[in-house]
Amino acid sequence: MNIVECTEINKTYQQGKVEVQALRGISLNIKKGGFIALAGPSGSGKTTLLNIIGGLDHADSGTVNVDGQSFDKMNQSQLANLRLHSIGFVFQSYNLIPVLSAAENVEFVMLLQGIPAAERQGRARTILDDVGLKDKYDRRPAELSGGQQQRVAVARAIVSNPSIVLADEPTANLDSKTGQGLLEMMKKMNVEKKVTFVFSTHDQMVMDYARRLVLIHDGLIDNDLVKKN
Amino acid sequence: MSIDIKMAWRNIWRNPRRTIITISAIAFACLLLVFMLSFQFGSYETMINSSIKIHAGHLQIQAKEYQEKQNIRMVVPNPEETGRILDNVLYVESYTYRAKAFSLVSSKNRTYGVMVIGIDPSREKMVSTIKNSIRQGSYLSMEDKNQAIVGRLLAKNLGVLPGDELTIMGQGRDGSIAATVVSVKGIYASGIDEFDRSSIQIPLTVFQDVYTMDNAVHEVVVIGDSLRNISKIKKNVQGQLKKLKENEFLTVLDWEELMPGLRQGIEMDLTMGIVFYLLLIIVVAFSILNTFLMAIFERTKEFGVLMAIGTTPGRITKLLLIESISLTMVGIIAGIFIGSLLTLFFQYHGIDLSGSSELLAQYGISGMIYPKLSLLSALSGPFAVFFITVLAALYPALKIRKLQPVEAMLHV
Repeated sequence: MNIVECTEINKTYQQGKVEVQALRGISLNIKKGGFIALAGPSGSGKTTLLNIIGGLDHADSGTVNVDGQSFDKMNQSQLANLRLHSIGFVFQSYNLIPVLSAAENVEFVMLLQGIPAAERQGRARTILDDVGLKDKYDRRPAELSGGQQQRVAVARAIVSNPSIVLADEPTANLDSKTGQGLLEMMKKMNVEKKVTFVFSTHDQMVMDYARRLVLIHDGLIDNDLVKKN
Repeated sequence: MSIDIKMAWRNIWRNPRRTIITISAIAFACLLLVFMLSFQFGSYETMINSSIKIHAGHLQIQAKEYQEKQNIRMVVPNPEETGRILDNVLYVESYTYRAKAFSLVSSKNRTYGVMVIGIDPSREKMVSTIKNSIRQGSYLSMEDKNQAIVGRLLAKNLGVLPGDELTIMGQGRDGSIAATVVSVKGIYASGIDEFDRSSIQIPLTVFQDVYTMDNAVHEVVVIGDSLRNISKIKKNVQGQLKKLKENEFLTVLDWEELMPGLRQGIEMDLTMGIVFYLLLIIVVAFSILNTFLMAIFERTKEFGVLMAIGTTPGRITKLLLIESISLTMVGIIAGIFIGSLLTLFFQYHGIDLSGSSELLAQYGISGMIYPKLSLLSALSGPFAVFFITVLAALYPALKIRKLQPVEAMLHV
């Protein structure tokens, strides 16, 4: 079953007076439970594709379906609602809310979903335990290392059981050991909780971990490799 | 505490220096508003009470249209009967009778046109402060016959001192010539130059005799226990007067109708004050607007992330409004608290404005003014600050709605 269906996606940016065609008619389907890397050099269009799949950006043409819902004619609030319930995000620079503690950052998504406080707190602590941040519940982002912040970001992304987690260069700001630890953790969640992960990356380690590798170059899919276990 | 409020409160203190400056601006504006409004209200009350106690009283019972025409024939024919009504009216503290006629008053060398006022000395001292304003000689007594007290400036113009004689000549109620000679018993300085320049007071019985008034008077002057009960007294007296048909031509006027100039002066001063306060509030509102525009500029990326994880633009707007309201409320509470303390201090000790005493004397105010703290003076200004600052904060909060998540997250 496909969790993501993209058909003939085109996207052009205006950079000053120059038009940059970031995506040139890309079509891509992603199956539920996948662990996929969109790889390519800088400017290849992988982050743009990830943003379009996440409803953060609009395609100029083509159709996008996530979790059975078409993005066509969705307004900002509807897209926000879809992201809230179906999509988790992990960003390169962690992007935690600086005034909230680790537990509160994780809780925040559940708060938006209207989950009662007691349940929110319990689930936030459980997921933080799962990502190895026991006893770090009350630390603010500034009091955590880069790796720990990214673990909180992963916990935030998966705590509400989204259909898919989109991770944009999640290991780019981490050293290789921390990055590997993070990937191991996500892999484990993918296997145990059946969470679909889609990475945008040019980190070889992420590509090695991915079970499917989609190589993008100049806004086109260059190669689509499914690895055999 | 909900995460929304927790987030708002913590966001406020992300830049403590800027927050403290903004809160201080709001608090200072509120402090100033509480103090200045209390000062104005206090000075108005002093002005009203002083003017009332010098001459006008809180209320007067007169013949209809006497206030406009000042015609000697428009009288209260049975003042004692009116007095009996007043004896039974709640909140009435005291009352007196007066008769008035415009006449020529001559000393040896000079003649002036003045208002001759017939007063009942025993009652008048309970209504008016003129007895305490005697600067030379002494006040009238019940035994006095052809004696008068004269305003300071009039005495100066006529060139008279206590013991000198004055000739009064006017027209009686019946159209006859009213003339008498009185000796100056005392000279008063009420503080209101216009009154001191144009008035002379003689015993009511003498006035009624000279001006052939029979037993009639022109004014029954009433003092109530406080300003706030005046409308109740007025309503009650009006009701009582209507019961008797012979009182049909009488009317009850309150201090605002008796002294429209004073009321207009107060209204003008209040209007000028409100314009000044509005300008002050607008300056504060710009400070708030700047604070929140800066906050949005600095946190654009964060708002992008909030949108990315599923926060609706409406919720972010709500979050920003909670921040602005919290910030404003802290400033307002601090301003009201400090402003009230300051006002209470001066309400007790007074503010010495003796440098402007000449000007203030025109309103019967001595050199001291006492601010008067009330719910209205403590809350109306800060409420306006709250309303306008929240309005100012709405602009940046609504601006968020135009943000696109990707563009916001790219913001540095």
